[in-house]
Amino acid sequence: MTTAPVDAGITDSARVTDSAPGTDSPDPMVPRRYAITKVREDTRDTFTLLLEPVDGPPLTFRAGQFTMLHAFGVGEVPISISGDPRGLDDDGNPAPLEHTIRNVGAVTRALVNAPPGTQVGVRGPFGTTWDVADAVGNDVVFVTGGIGLAPLRPAILDVLAERERYGKVLLLYGSRTPDDILYGAQMRRWADLNDVNVQRTVDNAPYGYKGRVGYVTELIARAGFDPRSAWAFVCGPEAMMRPAASSLTGRGVPASHIRLSMERSMKCGIGLCGHCQLRELFICVDGPVLDYARLEPLMNVREL
Amino acid sequence: MDDIRILAPSDLDTLIAELRERGFRVVGPTLRDETIVTGDIRSASDLPRGIGDIQEAATYRTRQRDDDAYFGFAAPAQSTKPVFFPSEEVVWRGKRDHDQGGHFTAERDTANASPVALLGVRSCDLRAVQIHDQVLAHRQFKDVHYTARRDGTLVIAVACGVPAATCFCASMGTGPRPAATDPQTGQPSYDLLLTEVIDGDTHHFVAEVGTDAGRDIADAVAASKGTAKDQAQAIDITNAAAASQTRAIDRNTVHDVLRASAESSRWEDVANRCLGCTNCTMVCPTCFCTTMSDVSDLAGENAERHRVWDSCFSANFSYIHGGPTRESLKARYRQWITHKLSSWEDQFGMLGCVGCGRCITWCPAGIDITEEAAALGRMSGLGSTASAAST
Repeated sequence: MTTAPVDAGITDSARVTDSAPGTDSPDPMVPRRYAITKVREDTRDTFTLLLEPVDGPPLTFRAGQFTMLHAFGVGEVPISISGDPRGLDDDGNPAPLEHTIRNVGAVTRALVNAPPGTQVGVRGPFGTTWDVADAVGNDVVFVTGGIGLAPLRPAILDVLAERERYGKVLLLYGSRTPDDILYGAQMRRWADLNDVNVQRTVDNAPYGYKGRVGYVTELIARAGFDPRSAWAFVCGPEAMMRPAASSLTGRGVPASHIRLSMERSMKCGIGLCGHCQLRELFICVDGPVLDYARLEPLMNVREL
Repeated sequence: MDDIRILAPSDLDTLIAELRERGFRVVGPTLRDETIVTGDIRSASDLPRGIGDIQEAATYRTRQRDDDAYFGFAAPAQSTKPVFFPSEEVVWRGKRDHDQGGHFTAERDTANASPVALLGVRSCDLRAVQIHDQVLAHRQFKDVHYTARRDGTLVIAVACGVPAATCFCASMGTGPRPAATDPQTGQPSYDLLLTEVIDGDTHHFVAEVGTDAGRDIADAVAASKGTAKDQAQAIDITNAAAASQTRAIDRNTVHDVLRASAESSRWEDVANRCLGCTNCTMVCPTCFCTTMSDVSDLAGENAERHRVWDSCFSANFSYIHGGPTRESLKARYRQWITHKLSSWEDQFGMLGCVGCGRCITWCPAGIDITEEAAALGRMSGLGSTASAAST
């Protein structure tokens, strides 16, 4: 044992884990410092955090990846990156690092209440990617609900950056109420300028609401796309993704053409802490984006 | 021809002194609070000479042996896991400067400890170290602290001659005699392998050299030359130890048994006995789950981030906003045993259980992993009929 370093001889091909790209960080457990430039209120409980690096160049990421965001002295949470993978804002200028988060816990509360200038820790990016380019030449269906639109936004921007290479692009979006609609103005812009078929529905609506009321899965049944060749990218709570994926396969979309982003407890983001395991998967390094062919048997067992 | 040496019991002190002289922190079995644990060894008097153990489901006792054996016991209460993977360690420290509008610097806590010499590590625990190497070091992202502590480890293993009733390493293929090489890396498993021989009035150790470093140590201790006959005697001892084991898991079928048992009614049964106390995961030499704990001073200026052992049996383990994904105890027990005996193989190419039996010994309810695996084998119809547990 003394004859070779402990990490010598990595030869094992039997393993299935660690699908996500690596990092050049000497210690991926130590965060980089970022400063909050702005906290934008999107809905009553959802905020977008804009961050600039304090030292070094901004991190590069691919659509679907997440970071571990650290509020000093409070803790760390995994949050999907919701900005443009090209690192540009809507006007083509260099963009800050963007995360849309729901204020649901101690760490997220500390993050959204922090004044501009506050430094936070960022580790990552980690995890697998949407890889929308696999759908080039075919129809693309984004199915999402609530804040699930945030992790999908980089994938949508990837498609829109090369809009002409894809067939029909649909965005089927559900939210609890009309007040919970995320990125509403942006969705209208995608519909008006980028030939995206945006269909929205809400679970509950106040009296007099003119829009559609119902579950997002109901939109799938009626949506116009070619199911045999289309690709679907689905992000939301599991209780929504399960019926959504099932409706998609019911219409004839192959399970291998459906990608979902899974959420699990994560403490490290790099496949070491064990929290995010789903049978043989470490959601942080084998996911969060996984195809439905792989996920279906796992999602159908309660509490797996 | 293998390089075989003979050490007298009195050579142990010389051996330990030699290791310490070379800058190693010597770690091995020692008696504390009537329990054999893994601790620092400064001389042979720190070893549990003449002490044996009695282990059964939910039972651990040490006993006085009627000989002077230094290694006359089975799995110590704790394995060598905490040596390289402590139950709590600082991942980084940060300081916030309020004058600069919230500003912190992360400083990595560098591990600069002496290399470790594992003295008397059992085959099960040695295999567990090799498994941890795969899980923590041979990864795309590695645990830098583990890797630093593991570098330069010298292994003086002791083949096990006295398994406890809870042991089932023979069925797992992980003992009682360690494999010469790590099946994943092809590297030698040990520098020296000792087998303690007590036969009438003779008491000595057969030492088998595994590496040049081991040979060097054997030379420094001036161990006398042994023969193939001595090695054969050592192998007889471990063969007898293997034959004496009564518990077993059929390692050839267990992966598929667990894979097929996700909806088994057995989970309800075991959940009615499981207390969710996490003991099994704390004594398991391969369990590696951790959580993060943030510690800050009252002013909020200094903070540390600690990595702490965690357990898939705790309710909070799988918590995301809205609730844990594994709320019931049956789901948590299923997660643990399925990971050990099935999904670990998918993840890392080997099973996550080495058959040390600690989870059986230290379970206050006496839940027996071999019994549960056998029951699932029967109920699924996929288990081997030969894999009967001692029920």
